[in-house]
Amino acid sequence: MTEFLQQLLNGLSLGAIYALIALGYTMVYGVLRFINFAHSDVFMVGAFIGYFVGSHLPQGTVWGGLTALAAAMAGCAILGIVIERLVYRPLRGGPTLNVLITAIGMSLFLEYTGQLVFGATPRAFPSIFPAKVIAVHGLIISLNQVIVIVVSAVLMIALQLAVFRTKLGTAMRAVALNPKAAQLVGVNIDVVISFTFGLGSALAAAGGVLYALNYPSIDPLMGVVPGLKAFVAAVLGGVGNIPGAALGALILGMVETFVDGSRWSTYKDAIAFAILIGILLFRPAGLLGRFTAEKV
Amino acid sequence: MLEVSELCVSYGAIAALRGISLKVEHGSIVTLIGGNGAGKTTTLRTISGLLRPKSGKVTFLGENITRLPAHKIVARGIGHVPEGRMIFSNLTVAENLAMGAYLRTDKAAIARNREYVFGIFPRLKERLRQTAGTLSGGEQQMLAIGRALMGEPKFLMLDEPSLGIAPRLISTIFEKIVEINRDRKIAVLLVEQNANLALEISGYAYVLETGQLSMDGASADLRKNPQLKAAYLGG
Repeated sequence: MTEFLQQLLNGLSLGAIYALIALGYTMVYGVLRFINFAHSDVFMVGAFIGYFVGSHLPQGTVWGGLTALAAAMAGCAILGIVIERLVYRPLRGGPTLNVLITAIGMSLFLEYTGQLVFGATPRAFPSIFPAKVIAVHGLIISLNQVIVIVVSAVLMIALQLAVFRTKLGTAMRAVALNPKAAQLVGVNIDVVISFTFGLGSALAAAGGVLYALNYPSIDPLMGVVPGLKAFVAAVLGGVGNIPGAALGALILGMVETFVDGSRWSTYKDAIAFAILIGILLFRPAGLLGRFTAEKV
Repeated sequence: MLEVSELCVSYGAIAALRGISLKVEHGSIVTLIGGNGAGKTTTLRTISGLLRPKSGKVTFLGENITRLPAHKIVARGIGHVPEGRMIFSNLTVAENLAMGAYLRTDKAAIARNREYVFGIFPRLKERLRQTAGTLSGGEQQMLAIGRALMGEPKFLMLDEPSLGIAPRLISTIFEKIVEINRDRKIAVLLVEQNANLALEISGYAYVLETGQLSMDGASADLRKNPQLKAAYLGG
């Protein structure tokens, strides 16, 4: 039982990180109908910002940790907006394939610029938050895990409020449903798209810092695998669907953790992709997605 | 109020509009009739900034709005009820109306406009919390018109409001268009395939044929025109 609870807790914190990344994929897809492959590298940049800011702050304090987190989120929000403005916007209106290929190019650009600037050697991530471990009835809870879960929960609730309770959030949903109609009521879609990229990138940055906290080494290619997993999570939940992405990520995090704790642990990563193939075969719209014919 | 001159629009190599000019005066109802593919929707979309013309000019209240982005044209006071209604299907009726008032900041005015919309379409008030996609075709059309009214337009363009709705609702919708024009002094440009109805409620009409105007005149005169009768009015 303790073993089960322990895995549940580990799965929850892994799933929460996947969720933070998956939300960005799904929001951008919802608004622009394309997968932003550079998203996983924004996650990596977030971890690096957290690393540099965190190294200059007193270690092991809650405020220091939160400052590093906020700096990473702000930095990546700007990065995401700049990428969209300079790279994706000029291609808008053209074939989706063009922007998709460009996104892959952007991803490689960030990864290899990262290697050039930061070097390819993994660096140890500073313990920016207090490192405490609490044992409750044999259950080992690290404070980092608690922070991951609490911060993710707070951010996801904030996102939910931003999307469903604010004017810009409603505009974002309107653009996702029908960009033309949104323009006809006076929505400036450029602003909405920038907002979407900013929001998604900030969440990915938070994911990057929290990930680095628990798997304490970072390098410029660190985004690739979690990025792919989060992408699977977004597809699992129904790409374009915000609660779906969170649900898909939690399921994936749980499954992965439980597989990791079993004797099939070698196949941990294969499981994620087996889930992807299964979803594409049997429920291509995802768990919460509704299948709609693509308008041509 | 609105003046379109020598407008040319093309989709790639295909010319959709080949130099059309039309005028809408303050307080009037003008209709644009024509068959499928004549360029009626293209005309409206170009006026509202969803499409960019190759050449030509759109002037609204003395200002050249040809190259303005769509959201700025809305801000100038042009409302557009698009073809196929384009309501936000996953949003509630209330949210759709709120989106219509996206550019309005005066809360009291928004509340007044909402009451006005409920006054002409009481059905919308009953369905306020319902998801817009679950409304009937006629109700969706009402919502689309209501959403446009929430933006407090000075000039309203309607693209085929009779399309895909129950026949008994069509006359209601047309009565409401006349009512909106009369009560709110909103000039209307109506695109219709149902030429009979359109000529009945409008003062002036233009006939569009494959991207060019083939005829125009007072609606009352056009209704008697033998050529038009044969082509659009069912003999």
